[in-house]
Amino acid sequence: MDRLAFLLATGLARGAIFALFALSLVLIWRAARIINFAQGAMALVATYLAFAVTALTGSYAAGLAAGVLGGAAMGFVVERGLMRHAPHRSPLAGIIIAIGLVMVLQSLLGIFFGPQYRPMAAPFDETPIFVGGVPLLSPYDLFVLVVALSVMGILALLFTRTSLGLQLRASAFAPEVSRLLGVRVDRMVTIGWMLSAAVAALAALLLIPTELGLNPHSTDVLFVYAFTVAVVGGLDSPVGALLGGLTVGVVMSLVTGYLGSTVAPIGVLVLLVAVLLVKPGGVFSMRQARTA
Amino acid sequence: MNRRLRPRLFPGLTGMPRVLTIAALLTVLALGGTFLLDPFRNFQLGTAAAYFCAVAGLSLLIGLSGQLSLGHAALMAAGGYGYALTSNALTDAGVDGVLRFVVSLVAGVAIACLLGLLLGLAAARLHGPYLAGLTLALVVAVPAITSVWSGVFRGDQGLQTAYNPVPTALERLIALEQWQAWVAIIVASVVVTALALVRRGALGLRMRAVRDDETAARLNGVPARRVKVTAFTLSAAAAGAGGAVLCFITQSVGPGGYTLAFSLLLVVAAVLGGLGSIGGAAIGSVVIVVLPWALGAGAGALDLPRELEQRLSGNLSLLVFGALLIVVMILRPDGVAGLAGTLRRRRAGSVPAPAGSASTAGPDSPLPSAAAASDAPESSDPSRTIPIER
Repeated sequence: MDRLAFLLATGLARGAIFALFALSLVLIWRAARIINFAQGAMALVATYLAFAVTALTGSYAAGLAAGVLGGAAMGFVVERGLMRHAPHRSPLAGIIIAIGLVMVLQSLLGIFFGPQYRPMAAPFDETPIFVGGVPLLSPYDLFVLVVALSVMGILALLFTRTSLGLQLRASAFAPEVSRLLGVRVDRMVTIGWMLSAAVAALAALLLIPTELGLNPHSTDVLFVYAFTVAVVGGLDSPVGALLGGLTVGVVMSLVTGYLGSTVAPIGVLVLLVAVLLVKPGGVFSMRQARTA
Repeated sequence: MNRRLRPRLFPGLTGMPRVLTIAALLTVLALGGTFLLDPFRNFQLGTAAAYFCAVAGLSLLIGLSGQLSLGHAALMAAGGYGYALTSNALTDAGVDGVLRFVVSLVAGVAIACLLGLLLGLAAARLHGPYLAGLTLALVVAVPAITSVWSGVFRGDQGLQTAYNPVPTALERLIALEQWQAWVAIIVASVVVTALALVRRGALGLRMRAVRDDETAARLNGVPARRVKVTAFTLSAAAAGAGGAVLCFITQSVGPGGYTLAFSLLLVVAAVLGGLGSIGGAAIGSVVIVVLPWALGAGAGALDLPRELEQRLSGNLSLLVFGALLIVVMILRPDGVAGLAGTLRRRRAGSVPAPAGSASTAGPDSPLPSAAAASDAPESSDPSRTIPIER
């Protein structure tokens, strides 16, 4: 029973990270109708930057800020430099370019930093707190949950309560009409990419201390899990990303805890196939999303 | 503008006999070519032929039916494991020689086919990014599958298969590597010829129709889902044959050879060659075998510090391939095959073509009344016909 409670609690903390990363995929999907397969690699570049800044200044907060800003900069460069020039004839072109970008970024990181795992210290204690004799969350897990949920809350406010959010939503759903009404659609797409890449960088930064460490392939699995989350939740639905992320986090934590960590990728595959066969557009998808 | 160019090679032959003749000719040329190569080059040629099966299948899948798979390495692994398991079972039963190879090959292809059918059934309901993600999850799960059922798949160390010697009749003539290259070339030629026939047949036409506009294809009576599933299954079978041949050449199969990086390499080969093009797939397969080796040899010759050399190994070719993928996709989405087509058209365009002059003369032909009387003048205008063949 103790073990179950512990696994559920850590699953929620891990799931919050998956949800955050999945949310970043949803943001790009809504802004540009593309799944950014390079999101993990881009977030990793930002994480290396954060690692370097923390090592230089000794401050975790400075590293975190540098990582998030670096992520936004990556989003800007990738959108303006590459994705804008993708041929529009086939929807696959963007995916293939993103795959090329993954290869370029990972090999560059490998050449500059080598293949070894660099441990990255968490800003808080990672030993779990006991509640009524049951080990539950560590302070770091609590920090992750609070950061992830508040970022999602801020994004929700941004999209529903501000003029920028309205323009972002309008240009994603009806680009032609928005352009006629004076919305700078191109700029909105770029802002969408920057927001998304910054959120992804934050998710990677939160994840690395709980994993093996920093390595050119640290975010590969995160991307696959987050993609599963985004599909389970429906690519158009931020709420789906949140609920899907928590679900997948808990399921993965239970599978890993009871069946071993090697089984986890199979669990993801089974979950993905099951959801896609029953509801190809995701559990929380809207009807129109299917035509995209 | 969609003028069909007259082929220079065997202009008299058309349709299926033409494909078969050219395939047979190329196969004989490739087999003869192995005599010019040393054993290591023959090993590389055999590997390239094995990749060719998978890349041609993938290229057809992406280029013709518009379905992107990032998991073809997993399908190759299925073929390889199917081959190895059957081959080992047959060895235990006392069967060897050509029979063992053929039965194992068929088993490998069948298993990959089955997996492809299952994936295809899911894929038929999915759009591009969803399918890419599903196949991505599959290839990531391969090491997990082999270690969870390690009793069958032997985990990370993989399976070893018995060695297939050169047949006694050829023993004095050719070396082992050359024999392996021969087998790989023959399997690849059978697989790829089948794919070429599909490409130009009715199924290929339907795949293009579904790719370009699924709703319109359905309205015209094309069973879109069945076409997509068939395309995926065929492509999986080709990948399975490639995996089986690779297992035959290396006498082993393990999860380490079929990583996500390898899957992406297959995509690179298909895109570089030109999506949908068989000849392009051949060029792409050779490039993904030769370029890493050439880069490694080049970096080794530079006498770099040991640490830097270690970091460059593997990463450098990944960097080049990634950059090539981006550049080709943005600047030349048709790949090498498209480039060759452009050059040929440009050369053909420099001489005045009778077909072109006839079409420009069409509108001011000496019989305006007849043209005006015609109810459907568009249908006779060659520039308005929709190009089906790209």
